[in-house]
Amino acid sequence: MSGTSASEYIWKCTSACAGCSSSLILRHVLKAAGPDTVLVVPACCTSVLQGVWPNTSFNIPVYNVAFAAAAAVASGMAAAFESMGRTTNVIAYAGDGGTVDIGIQALSGALERGTNFLYICYDNEAYGNTGMQRSGSTPLGARTTTTPGGKTHVKKDLDRIIAAHHLPYMATACSAYPQDLVKKVQKALSIKGPKFMHILAPCPPGWRYDASQTIEVGKMAVKTGIWAMYEREYDSLTLSGPTKAAMIKPAPLEDYLKMQGRFSSISEDAIRVIRGEIERNLRLLKAEAEGTC
Amino acid sequence: MLTVSTGNNAVAAAVRQANPAVVAAYPITPQTEIVEQIANYVTNGSLKSKYIPVESEHSAMAACIGASITGVRTFTATSSHGLLYMHEMVNWAAGARLPIVMANVNRALGPGWNVWAEHTDALQTRDTGWLQVYVSTVQEAYDATLMAFRIAEDRRVYLPVMINLDGFALSHISQQLEESEVGDFIPPLVLDHAIQTDAPAGYGCMTSSADYFRIRYDIERSMRDSVQVIKETEEAFAQTFGRKYSWTEEYRCEDADVLILAMGTLGKEAEVAVDILRNEGVKAGSMRVRWIRPFPELNLGDRELVVIDRNYSFGFGGILATSIRAKTGKECYNVIAGLGGQEVTYHDIAGFVRDRRIGEEFWFGVDA
Ligand SMILES: Cc1ncc(C[n+]2csc(CCOP(=O)(O)OP(=O)(O)O)c2C)c(N)n1
Ligand code: SF4
Repeated sequence: MSGTSASEYIWKCTSACAGCSSSLILRHVLKAAGPDTVLVVPACCTSVLQGVWPNTSFNIPVYNVAFAAAAAVASGMAAAFESMGRTTNVIAYAGDGGTVDIGIQALSGALERGTNFLYICYDNEAYGNTGMQRSGSTPLGARTTTTPGGKTHVKKDLDRIIAAHHLPYMATACSAYPQDLVKKVQKALSIKGPKFMHILAPCPPGWRYDASQTIEVGKMAVKTGIWAMYEREYDSLTLSGPTKAAMIKPAPLEDYLKMQGRFSSISEDAIRVIRGEIERNLRLLKAEAEGTC
Repeated sequence: MLTVSTGNNAVAAAVRQANPAVVAAYPITPQTEIVEQIANYVTNGSLKSKYIPVESEHSAMAACIGASITGVRTFTATSSHGLLYMHEMVNWAAGARLPIVMANVNRALGPGWNVWAEHTDALQTRDTGWLQVYVSTVQEAYDATLMAFRIAEDRRVYLPVMINLDGFALSHISQQLEESEVGDFIPPLVLDHAIQTDAPAGYGCMTSSADYFRIRYDIERSMRDSVQVIKETEEAFAQTFGRKYSWTEEYRCEDADVLILAMGTLGKEAEVAVDILRNEGVKAGSMRVRWIRPFPELNLGDRELVVIDRNYSFGFGGILATSIRAKTGKECYNVIAGLGGQEVTYHDIAGFVRDRRIGEEFWFGVDA
């Protein structure tokens, strides 16, 4: 991909599931960041797919930490590098559970303190590492091992929580749009201070679709508008191309839900609520992008 | 330089001498003064550290871990519920072999809420791989903090060190303090496993049972090696600054028939009790246990033992007493005293010795 490193920082021997989009995201993130980067990884699928010590499938230093601690560890690391006058990129790469649930306190603290780091939440909408339990990021109606009848609460609006920290840069992205993703990572890393990216990461075993469908499912999420892509620099919001297109002519939500086994028992009521959520979210984003809110 | 200082301010002053690159901490009574004083130093420019005012103790230790793995010196301080809240990361620091130094101001655990001295907080983390020292004077709080950096950062150790001082009984009392210029007493930190972007590696990743086991064994070997490092450091300290410390501080033990063993300020009080008892013709001595991890070699002979515990392991016994029993096979009179800051005077301690019933446990102020 243009403008990114030709080197690979993730080798082909990861123990990720076939069709894992999170490892694809990480491959692009690291290519965009280059070799002077330290990755901080809390307990999540990413801690597993590195492989077993002393081998590792990552060609970059990876610091594995406890589930709730990624943003705080990154905070200390960033402060230490700063004290040494080093410009090494500090990137925390955490799942949705480690971000919207247990890690949110540390993340909020690090953002508030102006930590110079990039925090990336790859969102596979469940606890993948421990076998697909619900997280705060699991959508309404989705079946997980702890919501066998479908989740009864809507997905937590992480991005607006993050936005309330008034940070220099935040963006959403999706594994199915790697060029957009890479551009956003590069932009994030060019800015000093706290940066946040929330990236949708379709997950074949968790979402129950065939591994070959990973890109299609991701594209469909964006096309239906259930996943919106944009950048926010302080108060100024820019919608990304595919989301602008989805606002003009959205794909049917049912098509997205039907692709995935986890929604097989979703009720009509739940679909109505999700549709309402999508419409409300897109309306708010559009107003914000046009500066009319 | 001679000044008058509280225990908390003495710790902060020692931290300023040690000049860590990163301090991350969260306030909690009775540790708060340490954090405030360090923030003052950083603000007035007399300490060059990056000070990270984190949002919780879990994050305080996490931030120290993140900083330490880059190879820089780090410090934090906490107490009681703060220590328990960071327990997960306390384990992580030791398992990751990071020479983090932490002051813990010993305080009781709720409920009921109680901010006064008790050692149960620190002793609940005794199996984490941290070295633990218990101090008894303002000067010792200062000196132990200085030595902690040198011990933790020694290549033979690379384990975190916790300095324990009794809440209020030491943290908030004023005593004379001699501050020293550390000079090269604490050499620059060289961390062999510091993270390098030009030599990438995985840190703390999944480990097979066999490798995990070896890593634990390695921690224990370093714990044992730390005995020598502590001795060397205390000797070097005595030579440089003229203040002598040893594994256990012994007072009138040479010809004693009965020994009082305790930690922290009660261990100091015991020395006065010894004088009172000696005046009555009782040949008492006191042995203040300073380091609980690594556990000391105790030269107890065939003397009677009165062990005072300001802590308790429910369903088992006082932690110092049960440790001594397990290590030496010797019985003792175990007095549980001072929990939640209960007042214990040297007269009370003399009374424990007079009334000793070897082999029994006695809860001071509760048991008849
Ligand atoms: C304190 C703590 N509680 C629970 C766990 C167990 N645990 C490990 S990873 C994980 C879920 C991770 O989910 P997420 O952050 O969404 O990442 P993913 O596994 O989906 O990549 C859980 C519950 C843990 N490691 N630590
Ligand atoms: S469970 Fe999902 S996110 Fe985790 S490795 Fe497998 S595909 Fe990737």
